[in-house]
Amino acid sequence: MLKEITLGQFFPGDSPLHKTDPRAKIILTLLYIIGIFTAKNVFAFLFVVLFTLFLIVLCKIPLRIILKGMKPVIYVVAFTAVINIFWTKGETPLFEFGIIRVYPEGLKFAGLMIIRIIALLAGTGVVLTYTTSPIALTDGLERLLGPLKKLRMPVHEFSMMMTIALRFIPTLIEETDKIMSAQKARGADFSQGSLVNRAKALIPVMIPLFVSAFRRADDLAVAMECRCYRGDVGRTRMTELHMKPLDWLMVLIFMIFIAGIILLNIFAPGFSI
Amino acid sequence: MNDNTTPYISLRNVSFSYEIEDGVRLSALKNVSLDINKGDFVAVLGHNGSGKSTLAKLLNMILAPDSGTIIIDGKDITSKDMTEDDVFDIRRHVGMVFQNPDNQLVATIVEEDIAFGCENLGIPPKEIRKRVDDALETVGMTEFARHEPHQLSGGQKQRVAIAGIIAMLPDTIIFDESTAMLDPAGRDEVMRTISSLNHDYGITVLHITHNMSEAIEADRVIVINDGEVYMDGTPAEVFSQVEKLKSVGLDVPQVTDLIWRLKKLGCPVSGDALSPEAAAEAMLPLLKV
Repeated sequence: MLKEITLGQFFPGDSPLHKTDPRAKIILTLLYIIGIFTAKNVFAFLFVVLFTLFLIVLCKIPLRIILKGMKPVIYVVAFTAVINIFWTKGETPLFEFGIIRVYPEGLKFAGLMIIRIIALLAGTGVVLTYTTSPIALTDGLERLLGPLKKLRMPVHEFSMMMTIALRFIPTLIEETDKIMSAQKARGADFSQGSLVNRAKALIPVMIPLFVSAFRRADDLAVAMECRCYRGDVGRTRMTELHMKPLDWLMVLIFMIFIAGIILLNIFAPGFSI
Repeated sequence: MNDNTTPYISLRNVSFSYEIEDGVRLSALKNVSLDINKGDFVAVLGHNGSGKSTLAKLLNMILAPDSGTIIIDGKDITSKDMTEDDVFDIRRHVGMVFQNPDNQLVATIVEEDIAFGCENLGIPPKEIRKRVDDALETVGMTEFARHEPHQLSGGQKQRVAIAGIIAMLPDTIIFDESTAMLDPAGRDEVMRTISSLNHDYGITVLHITHNMSEAIEADRVIVINDGEVYMDGTPAEVFSQVEKLKSVGLDVPQVTDLIWRLKKLGCPVSGDALSPEAAAEAMLPLLKV
């Protein structure tokens, strides 16, 4: 059962979005987010929605999977919408019910907020989390934040920690499975009883897991030292990232997206919201 | 750079002790003196706690001895003048493969892991790429280059760990019970790789094990007992002294044991068999009686 846990939301494939340089994709994601939040009128919003649909088609990931990924945030979306509906003040209330007053502005804000959140999730997911493996993401982030090393930010250390964490998650999951089986064989019951009892039953799983994780960490530290690891001192990388024509094309597309939104904001002011 | 008359690794009166609690020290190695030549395949045998792993950790400077000198490739690694760069230079030349294959792989992709050591050494990317491909081929893991470590078997993971070391182009590799956690098939894979590194690539091998049949494959067997060198010689020399080994609770290969028992019973068998074939040969006279 534990083996089914997948890391992040990465969905392997070979679409143009999968092939784009991870550094470029991090920048593109930022551009996209900026785009969403600069959209000010109906046309700009429509443009955001269309562009998001374009990205979804481009990444070749089944819509079903993207929708499934949004399930957990439905509550957040609903909550935000409700807050917006009831707490936004306008001039003439649409209807009143005791202390609750709903203004048309509230409904409008709620609607926009829903579109924004859904576009944000779908867009960033499609550009970044669904199409970039966690390790490529870590790598891209390290290289992108490289200049911060001069400000003594532990960029390399952070990325090494991420890499090791990603490397050991499957190992530790396997180990948890093993320990749980061992405890079950000794009569432990993880599936029955009150919540408190079930949580208590997990203690004999967590303790050996922690002990072994510390031992692994110690072993790994020695092994890394044996392989001449000394932090970021004089380190090179096997794979170098170069911006390919595809990466520049993607950057261009996103620039057009931002430009489009700005133009729509300026030239269709009548419909501003 | 090293002629055959001076040993590649040389230990003189090396002692080491662990502090187990305040002020109480447990001696792990006592006055050990050893010489290992370049290109040797040495098996180090001993019980748990005999000091054999300590010996390995001293050789690539994970631990420093309490007293004595260790000279590797003409360089005194116990001297006070060792700089950090010297330490890393020693670690590059003396690679180490550990027991648990899971706890020594760093990256999430096989080839990235193999590149790890080279990346630490600051080797140019193109050269790393070449070394990684060569190392993959040497251990026969080329087709698994893009796999994730947790998809591999124990023997395969251990071969990846070995590839990670050989990509650093070491002269010596220490295998610290690297076969102990593997199933028989994985053990075979790794032993074949180790022999090939020694025979075909001339890498000095120090294989720490408590598997007697693995020790037979070495040119030389060193038995460590209670922190001291207890026996030292060719496998035939060491394993012929069955009583001496048994007196410290070590076993001999099954076939050697069989011949030894037959001899004790007064059967006309000759020689000390190290392999099943040799044992069959030795027992041939029995059939003729």
